[in-house]
Amino acid sequence: MKKRFVFNFPLNSADEPVTYVLIKEYDLKINILKAAISPEKGGELLVELDGTAENLARGLDYLKNRGVGVDAVDKKILFRKDECIHCGACTATCFPGALTIGTPGWELAFDAEKCVVCEMCLKSCPLKLFAISFGH
Amino acid sequence: MPVKRSYEEINEKLKKGTAVVLTAEEVSKMAAELTPAEIAKKVDVVTTATFGPMCSSGAFINFGHPSPGLRMEEITLNGVPVYGGVAAVDAYIGATSEHPQNPNYGGGHIIEELVQGKEIVLKARGKGTDCYPRKELETVITKNSVNEIFLFNPRNAYQNYAVATNSSKAVKYTYMGVLLPELTNATYSTSGELSPLLNDPDMRTVGVGTKIFLCGAQGFVVWPGTQFNTSKLKNDKGIPKSNAATLAVLGDLKAMDPRFIKGAVYEKYGVSLFVGIGIPIPILDEDLAARCAIRNHEIETTIFDYGDPSRPMLGSANYRDLQSGEIAIRGRTVKTAPLSSLKKAREIALELQSWLRKGEFSLTAPVASFPTGTTVKGLEIKGGAK
Repeated sequence: MKKRFVFNFPLNSADEPVTYVLIKEYDLKINILKAAISPEKGGELLVELDGTAENLARGLDYLKNRGVGVDAVDKKILFRKDECIHCGACTATCFPGALTIGTPGWELAFDAEKCVVCEMCLKSCPLKLFAISFGH
Repeated sequence: MPVKRSYEEINEKLKKGTAVVLTAEEVSKMAAELTPAEIAKKVDVVTTATFGPMCSSGAFINFGHPSPGLRMEEITLNGVPVYGGVAAVDAYIGATSEHPQNPNYGGGHIIEELVQGKEIVLKARGKGTDCYPRKELETVITKNSVNEIFLFNPRNAYQNYAVATNSSKAVKYTYMGVLLPELTNATYSTSGELSPLLNDPDMRTVGVGTKIFLCGAQGFVVWPGTQFNTSKLKNDKGIPKSNAATLAVLGDLKAMDPRFIKGAVYEKYGVSLFVGIGIPIPILDEDLAARCAIRNHEIETTIFDYGDPSRPMLGSANYRDLQSGEIAIRGRTVKTAPLSSLKKAREIALELQSWLRKGEFSLTAPVASFPTGTTVKGLEIKGGAK
């Protein structure tokens, strides 16, 4: 199963290679979607974890025991595609490449798998066709 | 012998269904193999199109007189202020007018909803006069309940437009979309080789009275658009290298198609209106064939820095590169994105092609040509005002 999480690393947690442990010990595939580190707040990682339900649960327990904050990402982007006029303005701000437009048909394509829910499309769509959905 | 065709000859062919009508993109592809002389022999009409946000748009409306009458001085439609300074029951719905409490909704959306046939709440007030004693009213209107409603857009169909980027450290929210800091993205808003005034850059066939496709209806070019500028630098193909000429256009809103007109809102900028325009270019001679054969790599535009209030130029790019998804600015690779819909522009070019082929649309020669040698003035702030 695949699930997305935000990991919050406290300031003193840099000494342990947690991603290595998740891969090696818990057989989890890790796709890092977004990473941010600040000297005041520590680190924040948006990841997609892929593994068995049991390994996922054990891996998350391991992280929590190491003081890493774990929040499941339940948000996803909703897109009213039927109303889209294919202007392409949203692609200007979509850097994960979930929203694309181009040759040959110049029709907007939305690949939800690539979406990191950065919410920039909510701002850049002139028809306001994107919204956030909360929940599982 | 060089090809020479008259409007009358082409219209006769259109009536008989024998005219060869192609889109500007089809002609641009032909140009890879044929000379302009050969294209001129084969093709009678070329359809061009654009579907983009055009802020300088709006509609005149005549509501009809209530009894007793009201001299409408303050008017709103669904809460959006519209201009009432034209007689008792005439008004102008400006596309960029915004609802005071909901700035994501405005004139562009009202115009779209009227085209869709939706009911709109009209509220109006006046001081009350001997001939118009009523002081206020509230009612519901639709496009069919009012007398006349016609789109009258002062500045549409820009001949070329800037590429916008942002070198500053902050996100800039503009009418050119969301521009990310430090040259992270760049936006453009022209359909390139399909764009109307890039296919007849000297406007030999586009002038006052030219019949056009306007938002799914037959409309007209009625005047040079505002900020009409024929003095911009041109490339070796005679195409202006930045935004130049414009069109004022008019058409019956009641006959328009909701697929080709859309209200829009740009984050922290405001409301606008997507307008669909298609213009047929008659191939009167070889020169016009050469113009319509123009290809995206032969059309350049200028890159401006919207992150700096003085808006400096940062270089130029052609439409082949812009449509590839990235261009180089200051040695960096910058992601590009369009703001006007090429997909919809193609639909318009094909729709107009179908009207022409079926003999439902004829060509009109301009009754007056556009001026030449025009420039655009800025606004001087006088009297010590800051």
